[in-house]
Amino acid sequence: MIMLFFMTKDTIEKIDDDGYAEVVTFGQNHPLMLDSGEQIASFDIAYKSWGKLNHDKSNVVLICHALTGDQYVRGLNPITGKRGWWENMVGPGKPVDTDSYYVICINVLGSCAGTTGPASINSITGKTYGIDFPVITIGDMVRAQAMLLDHLEIDQLFSIIGGSMGGMQALQWAVDYPYRAKTVISIAATWRHSAQNIAFHEVGRQAIMADSNWAGGRYLDYDQGPHSGLAVARMAAHITYMSEAGLTNRFGRALQDRDKLAFGFDADFQIESYLRHQGLSFVDRFDANSYLYITRAMDYYDLGAGHDGVLAEAFRGTKTRFCILSFTSDWLYPTSESRYISRALNAVGARVSFADIEMSKGHDSFLLDCPEMFNIVRGFLRSEMDAAGVLMS
Amino acid sequence: MTEQESRASDIRVDLLEIARLIEPGATVLDVGCGDGSLLDYLVRLKQVDGRGIELSSEGVNQSIAKGLSVIQGNAEEDIAFYPDDCFDYVILSQTLQAMRRPDKMLEQLLRVGRKAIVSFPNFAHWKVRVSLGLRGSMPVNNTLEHPWYSTPNIHFCTIRDFVNLCEQQDIHLEQSMAINARGYRMPFHNLFLANFMATQGMYVITRK
Repeated sequence: MIMLFFMTKDTIEKIDDDGYAEVVTFGQNHPLMLDSGEQIASFDIAYKSWGKLNHDKSNVVLICHALTGDQYVRGLNPITGKRGWWENMVGPGKPVDTDSYYVICINVLGSCAGTTGPASINSITGKTYGIDFPVITIGDMVRAQAMLLDHLEIDQLFSIIGGSMGGMQALQWAVDYPYRAKTVISIAATWRHSAQNIAFHEVGRQAIMADSNWAGGRYLDYDQGPHSGLAVARMAAHITYMSEAGLTNRFGRALQDRDKLAFGFDADFQIESYLRHQGLSFVDRFDANSYLYITRAMDYYDLGAGHDGVLAEAFRGTKTRFCILSFTSDWLYPTSESRYISRALNAVGARVSFADIEMSKGHDSFLLDCPEMFNIVRGFLRSEMDAAGVLMS
Repeated sequence: MTEQESRASDIRVDLLEIARLIEPGATVLDVGCGDGSLLDYLVRLKQVDGRGIELSSEGVNQSIAKGLSVIQGNAEEDIAFYPDDCFDYVILSQTLQAMRRPDKMLEQLLRVGRKAIVSFPNFAHWKVRVSLGLRGSMPVNNTLEHPWYSTPNIHFCTIRDFVNLCEQQDIHLEQSMAINARGYRMPFHNLFLANFMATQGMYVITRK
């Protein structure tokens, strides 16, 4: 059942069909202006929240999710049937303590967990967008989030926290809305996509588009989507999320359900079987075109671009306090990128902390059990809360 | 004394000596800030705008958890990324001797800071002289706690050496202090005596 609450004539709030997420629909009179110059005239933004908003709304923490993430940070994810993706970080008594903070996570623009994306219906044509959906940027995602927060009458964010693409959004927030972000925690992120980053994404996109079932992006009109292509894209990407040491420790050259090599092209090795499983389970929960659009947005990401390539200039005058974290074994967004960000922030006198955390499992470490990361995030937030005298009522 | 103050004042005596030199509200960079004890003290009791650089993970993690703005990195590389004159004070406490190029470090300290506070173990302390002169071996004691083969201290100097280097580099010694083994200031102003009796030299330096 859909519950509707009419707010203004043009903006509608509702609980999602499944009852798990909240959705705000912005109508024709509230278009989202995009970096490309285009606009989206009518669109949904889905989000979830935890904890209690205090009286002066000074305890809001925005969690930004990664490429294939969603707003289900905690609790049951109705799409996957699994638990939320950051339950070890966010919750009562956790580093981002929902007993103290009002935590909100918004499904990014272009995604497929409730916010408008290429799989959504274009209100003008009455059909799904497919690749008629405009190309978006990380800046557009952040602007859409800001629109939602404006609608919720939340101005100041006590903290904006994200890993990977979530960290990229958090940094974009600090650049685009410097007065709204009190603190930013960027974990395993970067300040611009490198040639190597773009290259890996291009492999994924080509795998999707080379699948005949992609049908020029119009697969939603047919029975079958580009499942093989999307699975291959996920497999290639998944490798970049792990380290060689992590793979070796977990799989080595161990064989899958067999004692000896089969001299064929079945999954002889456990790592092959694991990757195939990752690919196959991904197609059930993610839209192939969303994957194209979001990876494109990440490739376009370059915080220095508007400042003659000088990142520090993007942050000049910032009052935001930053915590930049990287992992020693992350080769997707290596330590050097985070260090570069912290140096740029230092160059303009920003208050910045930077730590390179010893973890052997690669980029995805930010999703794993990492006591050092938890301690730093907890201490960083708590100290800022003490300093700001944020009241929990 | 409040709990905060007692926690914050629970720092090494020689660090308190440094803290005394800094006026409230100053901007401070602590190079090699360790677990952030001194910075934490300065932020809480002197309301300074404090930053730190620290190499060790434990130190950085503890510092950030205290709410300090500390970056993990190699001081000799990272200090180059700070703009000129952006701090009132730059502190280099017991770290000069671990630098690859102490001379270049002093230049950098006075590039980013209007004043620098530098302290270092004095290798001409009489106990060191005894160890070298009579026993013929490198000293290992409370202030020089590592044996020669595993010490991070690769460029030991004496108080006299430091004074000579500053003269060479056109650095003004605004304040010279001799520190004893317990971390307290000694009443010596004579270079020979200080160089003989002090376990640490502590200097406030500025550009000439």
